[in-house]
Amino acid sequence: MSGIVLDKISMVYTLNDGGEVHALDDVSLDIADGEIVTVLGPSGCGKTTLLNILAGFLSPTKGEVRVEGKPVTGPGPDRGMVFQQGALFEWLTVSENVSFGPRMAGKPKKEIAETVAHLLDTVGLQGFGEKPVYQLSGGMQQRVALARCLANDPKVILMDEPLGALDALTREKMQGLVLKLWKEFGKTILLITHSVEEALFLGERLIVMAPRPGRIKKEFRLPFADQGLSKDPRDIKAAPDFVRTREEILSMIWEMEEQIMGQSESETSE
Amino acid sequence: MSNQKKPSELAIWLGIADTSFTRQKTVKFGDASAVNSGRIYSILIVIALVALWIISSVFGLVKPFYWPTIDGTIDRFIKLLTEGFRNTPLWEHVGISIYRVISGVLYGSLVGIPLGFAMGLSSIARGLFDPIVEFMRPIPPLALIPLIILWFGIDETAKIFLLFLASLFIMTIAARSGVSSVRVSKVHAAYSLGASRLQILRNVILPNALPEIFTGIRTSMGVCWGTVVAAELVAADKGVGSMIMIAKNFLQTDTVVLGITIIGLIGYAIEMAMRWAERRLIPWKGKG
Repeated sequence: MSGIVLDKISMVYTLNDGGEVHALDDVSLDIADGEIVTVLGPSGCGKTTLLNILAGFLSPTKGEVRVEGKPVTGPGPDRGMVFQQGALFEWLTVSENVSFGPRMAGKPKKEIAETVAHLLDTVGLQGFGEKPVYQLSGGMQQRVALARCLANDPKVILMDEPLGALDALTREKMQGLVLKLWKEFGKTILLITHSVEEALFLGERLIVMAPRPGRIKKEFRLPFADQGLSKDPRDIKAAPDFVRTREEILSMIWEMEEQIMGQSESETSE
Repeated sequence: MSNQKKPSELAIWLGIADTSFTRQKTVKFGDASAVNSGRIYSILIVIALVALWIISSVFGLVKPFYWPTIDGTIDRFIKLLTEGFRNTPLWEHVGISIYRVISGVLYGSLVGIPLGFAMGLSSIARGLFDPIVEFMRPIPPLALIPLIILWFGIDETAKIFLLFLASLFIMTIAARSGVSSVRVSKVHAAYSLGASRLQILRNVILPNALPEIFTGIRTSMGVCWGTVVAAELVAADKGVGSMIMIAKNFLQTDTVVLGITIIGLIGYAIEMAMRWAERRLIPWKGKG
């Protein structure tokens, strides 16, 4: 059974002046159980709207979202979220952040402690449990965010530019961690990113979206996520296949950006 | 490097010499971190002022009616400590003023924080209380004294009610802005982790608002300290404010000066204590 089904989703915002913005237009997507899918597109293509609909924070104007066959009507612990940054609870320690979900669910203390210890180990934060999160670096904070999400054992993990605020080197390291967690925990993952390279490296499938109205422009099936754990990431990213696809996608996005620029220029000149 | 002698710790502390890092800077004017403490001048000015006071006391340059002599002031201070002022020990005058401030801030917080939360979370509460809060906010608490005297007379209730009002609106606004400042991604994260609304209120919105609530308490303490002294000047028989007002009637300039000094020191101590408590209790402030 499909992990996530987006069934003809449209999202229309009505503006105060009566105008309408088509953030998403008739978007359909099936994501298999355990698949990792990345979404890429110029700003304004509705990718964050898409993620918010999946998470249940927004309800679409038309269409339906189903996770494991069940329609999504609001946020829930079956769909974990990892945000760009600033979504950790800075008044709690690393452990308390990670144990947040299980604690809210009233799980037994011993079980929670075991889960937390195991997860901190997995994301490479052993020994940091008692630290306040604000003392950690950006990369480590995102490790906490990943562990916090996994602690709840969600079926699906939705990531909204999880590595977007990190410096380039940390970002590469964290990409490896995302792949490792995907393999180890077998979750269905949907990841939104601005980085073409990241989308190629992490996605079994890569969705390129186009703006105005937001829609799926093209889909790629990619072998790189599968290789990501056995091969050197540098080799993968330097492989001719990788480079060619990267250039193809980049020129596609540039074209879309230029169209947007052209549109807004003609709007301002009117 | 070697042609520079390392300045001594004492010289740096006094501000006679710059640290070796600052000395390497070629541009100092306009660079705030290149301005050293200048502590030597602080010490000199204090010494100069005290010396001036001693000289004017010895030679009787200023009438004690305008400014007390230093020995007279010290004598008065010992007298205040041992005998008190008008049969009330000095610590009781100080203590009752502090007690009034703390009561006012406490009651103000007990009502203001829940009110601010309601206003931050519900449109009905916001709509209901917004006009009242916005109307009361710019009114200096002292302007309420006549009305409060009409309602409560001049007893203890009146003073604490005044301070309650002074802190109430500060606390309401602080709590409301604390609630509104929560980043929506934190709330979304909590919902996605399975938290209920009540759990989000208790575990996300409340701790997120604590820094602003604490700033509110600090502001309230400062405002209430100013208000209590002024209120005691108007009507009270105990408290530091009343002490200096009554001393004025007896032309005891030395008691007045001592009272003003005590008021300043306590105001400073309150501010320092609140900052210390803030660092201890809310170390995550500004780090979200």
